[in-house]
Amino acid sequence: MRRMSFGQATVDATRFAMREDDRVVVLGEDISWGGNFGQFRGLVDEFGHDRVIDMPISEAIIMAVGVGAAVTGLRPVASMSFVEFTLGAMDEIVNQAAKFRYMFGGQVSVPLVLRASDGVLRSSAGQHSSSLEGLFTHLPGLKVVAPSNPADAKGLLRAAIADDDPVVYLENKRITAKRGPVPVGDHVVPLGSAAVRRRGTDLTIVTYSVMALHAEKACSELTGMGIEAELIDLRSLVPLDLDTVLSSVARTGRVVVAHEAWEFGGFGAELVAAITVEVFDRLRAAPVRVGAAQAPIPFSPPLEGAVVPGADEIVAAAREVMGLI
Amino acid sequence: MSLTETMSPGLALSIHRTMVRIRVFESRVEQLFKAGELPGFVHTYIGQEAIAAGVCSALNRDDYITSTHRGHGHAIAKGMELGPIMAELYGKETGACRGRGGSMHVADFSVGMLGANGIVAGGLGIAAGAALSARYRGTRQVAVGFFGDGGINKGTFHEALNFAATHRLGVVFVCENNQYAQFTSRLRTTAVEDLSVRASAYGIPGVTVDGNDPSATYHEALEAVARAREGGGPTLLNMETYRFGGHYVGDAEVYRESAEVEARRWADPIVRWERTLTDEGLMKDGPREAVWAEAAEEVSAAVRFAETSPYPEGGTALEDVFTGATAVPATGRA
Ligand SMILES: Cc1ncc(C[n+]2csc(CCOP(=O)(O)OP(=O)(O)O)c2C)c(N)n1
Ligand SMILES: [Mg+2]
Repeated sequence: MRRMSFGQATVDATRFAMREDDRVVVLGEDISWGGNFGQFRGLVDEFGHDRVIDMPISEAIIMAVGVGAAVTGLRPVASMSFVEFTLGAMDEIVNQAAKFRYMFGGQVSVPLVLRASDGVLRSSAGQHSSSLEGLFTHLPGLKVVAPSNPADAKGLLRAAIADDDPVVYLENKRITAKRGPVPVGDHVVPLGSAAVRRRGTDLTIVTYSVMALHAEKACSELTGMGIEAELIDLRSLVPLDLDTVLSSVARTGRVVVAHEAWEFGGFGAELVAAITVEVFDRLRAAPVRVGAAQAPIPFSPPLEGAVVPGADEIVAAAREVMGLI
Repeated sequence: MSLTETMSPGLALSIHRTMVRIRVFESRVEQLFKAGELPGFVHTYIGQEAIAAGVCSALNRDDYITSTHRGHGHAIAKGMELGPIMAELYGKETGACRGRGGSMHVADFSVGMLGANGIVAGGLGIAAGAALSARYRGTRQVAVGFFGDGGINKGTFHEALNFAATHRLGVVFVCENNQYAQFTSRLRTTAVEDLSVRASAYGIPGVTVDGNDPSATYHEALEAVARAREGGGPTLLNMETYRFGGHYVGDAEVYRESAEVEARRWADPIVRWERTLTDEGLMKDGPREAVWAEAAEEVSAAVRFAETSPYPEGGTALEDVFTGATAVPATGRA
């Protein structure tokens, strides 16, 4: 194990993939300078500009070039910088990348990774703070991962690049600089495997990305109140490890689902629906969701705090399912 | 200059044959659609055959093309068999895309046909990506992105040209300027009269071509393809043509007078090419008629193949959403 940041762990994973397979190329804006969050730092020195390709500010073309290269023998990793910028390439993501294999009768795979930084970080305001995983999980043909720590960042990126289908790899801005232990050698976390971060018997907290860190904090506070929560970090949203979720909820009978994305119509709604349908008779309380309030993310710190949930909201939700409030 | 000084008789006849096969195929598609045999909707290529036939004659089998909603002609010219295309239009399991795509998504990656595309100008960036990949793999394959006079106003056209030009990629952007985008004349939507001038903004050659003359489409494509293959970067070819049919089969065509269409008949690319071949002594009546008869037989065989093929089983509807695995997004659901 070596301590490094989430961002460095993704560089590590990319370097492994690029050394192993010369079909892997990375492309994006400012990428040979390391990208906006340093997640590509140093790659150009080892692999050169043919494999670390600086792209114009043409988001649609970044994705389209990725698709064209992927279906003709390469394995591109496209950096879209802030997740909001994927919206300028939604046509290419939704209508091309996600549908190519199916629409063309299985003739080709689209081994393409779309990396994007999401979430709230220090008053980045409306257009640089969103969590849009719900847009992507809605679409057949896309896989979606959202790691919460450096080790998973490395392992999931390795798996994403090795995968034959388009994978949306979401990296929360608030945790990109966070450090943690990362396996030194090769390290792969298979897509579709959730991690149980903490065992508990009173309730299950299902979450991912930055919210998994808030949830750890919430769990400690809950312990202080005599409540033992089981904490599941999904890591991968599509494919989704529902097995792990269901078996936990079947034991605890209570569940809180938490994400930083907007609660209304969010991925948490899908989770609650699946849980309710599958283990309805094991539930001892109505599931509770935690997510952002239904407003664009505001600039002013007190407003931002009012819209975006954190550990306090998870604690409150846990107390609610426990019938304490 | 006589034709045979610039083109072999064999090639001239082969382009003729390709144009006739496209024309007969599309005419039959029109009939079949009107008879209610085909689901969805179809856009035919009638009148534009000299472009697909000429351009694809300048390509190798392993070169790439990306196509449009009006893609049957490109698919045929790039070497796809008629049977799987027709079966795809019927939505049959034996279709080129197993009935998952239909008319607007015909593709055959084994002949470099990277797909008809229902998104206007959607193929241009993909062609640039294919060219980038060819460069990277060191194969010298060239990619052609076909699009229309409507597509030239999409941002992706500009983004793709800039990117391909910056990297001097082996792409040829072929605009099929058939004067209309759906119901709207390009004169109402586009500020420049000569679409090829758009190339100058990206520092690449732009040429306006008589798109109804196979000799012109072939030779201009040949030059652009050679430049692309040699690392000289992309070219924009503005091929002037005219769509004889409606935007789609069944289009009432209220936006143009039938006299306008009739006035263009003299420029029918097949009529013109047959006259040229006859004048040059390359084709006599008998062989000409034989080409049409063979095409008719080939298309009839394609229709028989499609009609007698099975529809896909409903139980296979979730196959191929992902590679290998099942489409179900979650494990563990009861
Ligand atoms: C992005 C997008 N916008 C609109 C449409 C609807 N549409 C389909 S074909 C077409 C006209 C395209 O015109 P042109 O590019 O000239 O091609 P042509 O039909 O003349 O071959 C339009 C607007 C579409 N398919 N995709
Ligand atoms: Mg047009």
